[in-house]
This record gives sequence, C-alpha cells and structure tokens, in this order.
Amino acid sequence: MHGLSGILDNQGTPLEKQQFTWKEMASRPMSKLDDDAFTRVRIILMNGVEADALRVKHMLARFDKRLQLPLAQIRRVEQHQCTAVNWLLSADHSPLETTIAYEQVAIEVTAAVAQNEPDPYQAQTYRFGLLEDFDHLYRYAAMLDRLEGKDANNILQGYTDLVPGRKTSEHHRAPESDLRENYDKNDADLITKIHAALITGAEYQTHDYYMNIGPTFTDPVARMLYAEIASVEEQHVTQYGSLMDPAESLMEKWLVHEAMEVYAYASCAEQEENPRIKALWERFLDYELGHLNMACDIFKQIDRRDPAEVLGGTLPSMIQFKSQRDFVRKVLAEETDLRTSGSAYVPKEQESPLSLEYRRHINSEGIASDIVSAGYDWTPGTELNRKTP
Amino acid sequence: MNKAAKLGHNFTGAQMSPEDTRKMVEYVGERPADVPGDASTLAHAREQMNREEGDVGSVPIPGSVKGMLKSTFDKILGNDPELLIDKLGERLAFERTGVRLYEALIAKAGACETGAELIPTLRQIRDDEEAHMFLLVDALESLGADPTAQTPCADLAGVVGSGALKVITDPRTNLAQALNAMLTIELTDNAAWELLIKLADDGGHANIGSSFTHALTEEQRHLNTIRSLLARELGVSGH
Repeated sequence: MHGLSGILDNQGTPLEKQQFTWKEMASRPMSKLDDDAFTRVRIILMNGVEADALRVKHMLARFDKRLQLPLAQIRRVEQHQCTAVNWLLSADHSPLETTIAYEQVAIEVTAAVAQNEPDPYQAQTYRFGLLEDFDHLYRYAAMLDRLEGKDANNILQGYTDLVPGRKTSEHHRAPESDLRENYDKNDADLITKIHAALITGAEYQTHDYYMNIGPTFTDPVARMLYAEIASVEEQHVTQYGSLMDPAESLMEKWLVHEAMEVYAYASCAEQEENPRIKALWERFLDYELGHLNMACDIFKQIDRRDPAEVLGGTLPSMIQFKSQRDFVRKVLAEETDLRTSGSAYVPKEQESPLSLEYRRHINSEGIASDIVSAGYDWTPGTELNRKTP
Repeated sequence: MNKAAKLGHNFTGAQMSPEDTRKMVEYVGERPADVPGDASTLAHAREQMNREEGDVGSVPIPGSVKGMLKSTFDKILGNDPELLIDKLGERLAFERTGVRLYEALIAKAGACETGAELIPTLRQIRDDEEAHMFLLVDALESLGADPTAQTPCADLAGVVGSGALKVITDPRTNLAQALNAMLTIELTDNAAWELLIKLADDGGHANIGSSFTHALTEEQRHLNTIRSLLARELGVSGH
C-alpha cells in the first residue's frame, strides 16, 4: 500500500457533514447465517476501534482544555459510528456465540498483524497473545457445546481451528510479567504504532464485553469461565498497551489513533463482500479522514510541527481478513510453551516465580476453563454428533 | 412482506467448506483435549454449585398476615399459601407479558400479506390475556397478597419467556416463526393454568380455583387457534 501521506491528500468528509439518524444507526443487522464470518470479524473489530476512539479521546480531553471542544465534536460522530457498527450484530447471536466471534477476531486479526509487524519484539508479543486467545476460543467452544448444545463452527465457518493452545489456566500471570517493552516513537515505523493502537483497542472491547455479559449467565461454570477469561483480557490490555511509547505526547497519541482508524476502515472497505456494509465502511473511511485532517490541523496549530514527523513512512498492505490457519498452526507448534519473566519471553521452566505464586492461589478452588473442556474434542455438529461404533 | 425462508448462501454448516472441515477434524486428532475427563466434569461442578448456592428470592409476606406466626398464617390462608402466592404471581406475570407478546404479534401480522385477516382473532386473544391478568390480581388480593410484587416464579417466567419475546419482536422473523414462538408460550400457559387450579383447590381455595375454570377454557381455545394458524402459515394440509 501507499504511505499515509497519500491518504492524507484526501480531506474526507467535513465534520459538519457527518450526520446520522437514529434509524440508520439501528438499521438492518448482518445475517448470522448468510454473511461471511469475516464480515462479522470486521464489525467486531471496528466496534472495538470506535469504542477505543471514544475512550482515548476522553482521556486526552482531561489533560488539555484546548482540545476539549474539537474532541467533543469528533466524539459525537464517533459515538454514532460506534453505534451503527455495533448494531450490525444481529440479535440471534447468543452472548456465547458472540463470544466465539470475538475470539475469532482476536485470533485472525492478531495473526494478520503479527505477520505484518516489522519490529521483531512487537511481532513476538502478538504471537504470544494470539496463542492465548486461540485457547480461549477452544474453551468457549466447549462451553457453547456443553451449555447450549451448539457448534462453534456455525460462527467460525471453517476459518479457525478448534483445539487447545496455551492452556488458559496458565495465562494468569503476575502484573510484572504482563508489561512489555515499548517501541521508540522516533524509530518505530508508522505501522508499528498503528498495530499497537489497533490491538489494544480490540482487546479492551473484548474485556469490556466479557465483563458485561459474564454476570448474565446462570450456569455457575460459565460465570466462572467469563470471570477467568475477562481477567486474562485485562492482562492483554496491559500487555498491548505497554507496547506504545509513553513518551508520545497527547497530540501524538491522538494522531496515531486517527491514522489507525483510517487504516482499519480502509482495510475493511477494501475486502468487504456485503455491498451494504461495504458502503458503510467507505462512508466511515471518509469520516475518519475528516477526523485525521482535523487532528493534523490542530497539531500544526498547537505543537507547530509537521504531522509527518509522527505519521511519516509507508504502510505495508491492509489488514488481511482471511483465515490465518497455517501461520497460527506454525506458531502453536513452536511457541505454545513460551512464558514470560518480566518483559522477556522465556521457556516454560523459566517463568517468573511471581506468576506461579499468583496462579497457585487464584486457581486453587477450581478452574472453569479446565472443568468445561475436560476431554473436549471438537466434532462437526457438536460432540453429541459423534457416531460411536 | 414475504419472508418465507428460501434456499440461499447459508455459511454455517460444515458442508459449506468440506476442505476446511477435513483439516479441522484432522488437527483435532493431532491436538486432542489437554484436560482428562468428559462432560460429566461440568455436571459435577454444577451439582456442587447447586448444593452451595442460595435461592432466587422470596415470596413477599401478605400484608394481611404480617407479624403472624407461620402456623397462624397457614391456618388463615390454607395449606402452604406461599406456594400458591408464588404461582399466582407467576401466572400474573406470564399473562401480563402475554398481552405484550400479542401486541407485537399483531404488529407483525399487520405487516404480512397473509396476516391482516388474523388481526381480529389475535386482538381477541390479547384482550383475553388482559382479562386473565385481572383475574389473577383479584385472586392475589383476596389472599391479602401484593399483586405488584415480583415473586420468584414470576421472575423466572420472565427469563423463560425472553426467547419467545425476542423471536416475536424481531422484525426479520416471519409470521410462521413468530407463531411458532407463541405456540411454546400457549402450551406452557395451558399446562400452568391446569396446575394452578389444582393447587388452589388443594390449598383450600376452591373459590379461586373455580374462578379460573373459564380462563382455562379460553386458554385451550388460544392454544388451538395458534396451533391452527401456524399450520395454515406452513401450508399444512387440512388448514
């Protein structure tokens, strides 16, 4: 792909023309049955991006009075973009089915990012995290089968494997071993900054989703499973959030976030097959270009610097929304036994004793991810569909 | 509106991607379950939690017997009156939701080519459900109970009905799909009214039981109506 400077030549839709009605925000959802799974992947990813856009902009506004009005104006639009995107998920998805879809997003998008990421340490972090989300998918698939009698592959549509990864019961680490080394804002490629913002936002929404729906389950093991995995997602937010350079200024973080939103919508628009939803991605790409240009103008006024200092460099190809089966299997074969000690990736035997100590207690009264998946081997049509001789 | 389910590109089945399915199944053979056991592990955990957990909540004490001993309360209100109050509360909640379900079904029928002629019938059932609701309010008040309280069984009736509510209010569902959801509601309602009458009689409240017999007859008519409307929508012969 071209550099972002090419994209910046396009001014996008001016903010005052970015309008919505309630009806269009809550319009016809995707089809759970007839749309491709990657349409749902894009919907969930972009909801995560928009939710994070709101979150980040609220934080920025707390630190600089001059930014409060423009951020409030942009947030009004982003709230409605977020609604239009999230309301595309149809109500016939049970919360557990949506959960399966969230994990598919975490696996397929993180795997795509890991292969596109030029910084070896950052790429390693994405591979490390994706093996955990891969395992969450397997445990949730067992829960879906054994609680609702449903096949997770109805959601995954054959794109994503359903086998154990790095065991969820071993994801619970001491905070010291969730922090990672950050990129250096002066040396990092633009895509490195974009990846960190993107995956942090995606994991944040996964965490928030599990925290919201976990207590709506009545099954005691499902409640415990959501508690367990939500905790790991919070660790993932810590992990991915620490990849970003804390030395970046508020304005720099804003620019990176807007660039990430442009990149993500452009990726969606490029690959979407549902024409109605493709039109939405194209419309919102133009909206984000408007936001990015506005942020660049404010950056020039306040910091008196060229936005290219932050957003310079070319971007590799768009996020590849496709099955990353071969890559994920390779990572599973080679890196399942990796653990962490502080910010370093180490063999299993060298894992931080603090993490082992933490885990010993938190796992001591039973582990939902183990309970639900005891002996679980995925079979098309659910494990009940296994024909015994 | 014609939303009859058609043949199309439903992507959910394994046969839509046989090559992917073959790879997935083979991979399960290579990386099988890493925790020993089977689904009974989940069952054991559930069993244990069922033993440990408390209940959903309580039946509110009727205002008329506040401060009385349980034995005096039973003497005044019959055998095990809290059970009857709980189940009356359940029926009341169910009928109240039923009114809303029929209102949603009427809206759907209004949007369907085949639905408009059903509207008077559905409206009649809706009004019957509302009348039943008041019958239950009267019964609860005759026991000194608060008809505005949500009893445990009333609460759970809402949980049970939430699926039917979603299907009937979803603008994407067709009339047959909504009627199918309504059938599960009416089947339950029928059995529940029968049981409630027996419960009232057994508890020494024959007056309440007899006041419900007409409602039961109407509910049986509702069930037959919904059953035949559904058969008609599905084009089942004889309808």
